[in-house]
Amino acid sequence: MHGFANPTRFLRIARWLTPWLLASGLLVTAGALIWTLTVLPAERLQGETVRILPVHVPTAWLGMGGWTTIAIASFVELVWRHPLATIAGRAAAVPGAVFTALCLLTGSIWGRPAWGTWWIWDGRLTSMLVLLFLYIGYIVLAQATAREGASSRVPAIFGLIGAINIPIIHYSVIWWYSIHQPPSLSVGQSAMAPAFLWPLLISTLGFSLIFGGVVLARMRALLADVQAEARLRRKALGA
Amino acid sequence: MATAFKPKHQRLVLILLAFAALIAAGLLAAWALRNQASLFYVPVQFAADPPAPGRAVRLGGMVAEGSLKTQADGVTIRFAVSDGEAVVPVTYSGIVPDLFQEGSGVVAEGHLQPDGTFRADNLLAKHDESYVPRELEDMTAAQAKQTVAETFQ
Repeated sequence: MHGFANPTRFLRIARWLTPWLLASGLLVTAGALIWTLTVLPAERLQGETVRILPVHVPTAWLGMGGWTTIAIASFVELVWRHPLATIAGRAAAVPGAVFTALCLLTGSIWGRPAWGTWWIWDGRLTSMLVLLFLYIGYIVLAQATAREGASSRVPAIFGLIGAINIPIIHYSVIWWYSIHQPPSLSVGQSAMAPAFLWPLLISTLGFSLIFGGVVLARMRALLADVQAEARLRRKALGA
Repeated sequence: MATAFKPKHQRLVLILLAFAALIAAGLLAAWALRNQASLFYVPVQFAADPPAPGRAVRLGGMVAEGSLKTQADGVTIRFAVSDGEAVVPVTYSGIVPDLFQEGSGVVAEGHLQPDGTFRADNLLAKHDESYVPRELEDMTAAQAKQTVAETFQ
């Protein structure tokens, strides 16, 4: 594992892997969405609106997965002080925030026909909105500390504290009476017919590949930024 | 400390402890909020501790089978919300959401009237976690049940 933590080796692998992840992700996502639009059957109660499911659910999972990535990176940063962990946390924040925003947006569009409202201050909806605000806070904080040369441990602590929201989002529909349905999928069990489950799993794979590709691309860009800055500083000192 | 304790390990233990304490605090807070953070009351809570008449509250549960009746004026409906233990009668005038039907989940926003009926100003539908294609609907109940059993086993 420590072999991958070497920035030079990481860059070599990332340079090769990024286009593959992005291309395969776009391909798989496109396939899943075409399937969703053409083949997916109407749902017993919801009818055609169920077609938003293979977009809404993966974006929710990746919104939460993005912060889980930040939390793990923050932990590695705080304990092992590894520079790649700082970069990884910052890189995962923007796609995580985008997926969270997409989840809220598609959820709102779905909520209008299914529940009869665009928005309601329900436990699940509110905790997901809090996640979006946490992302925005983290992005601003990480940028500010990087620019001011302050310790990258500050955003890492924020990343760890924010992780408490992830189990709250998950259990919000179990602990509290909510308008949002409880999870349809649990380990080895599905309350979802295969006609809906397969497109969901395939679109989740596609969105995840895109997510991975964007994180690697952003990590490379942030690393290049750090290196360019270091070179400029050396030049300024040498002159 | 007798043995040499690397700073890295010290940080690992400290952060793990801090993180565990944080998670525990968060879960305790969420647990304490379990009554306040719920979107609605269920009929059994209404039976045990009814809200003051006129106070704006939400009532949620299942629309009891066979309880949905349209009144003579054509826009007022009456139905019963049940959670399996208690039942609250509800009246509502207006357009119902598409997914509103007997045996399905509902969240009614409104207030309790002195006669014990809940007067809803707004109805929201609640979908459950099962997703079934529409084709199953045309089967007989026994056929559908078998298909579902085969699907979800």
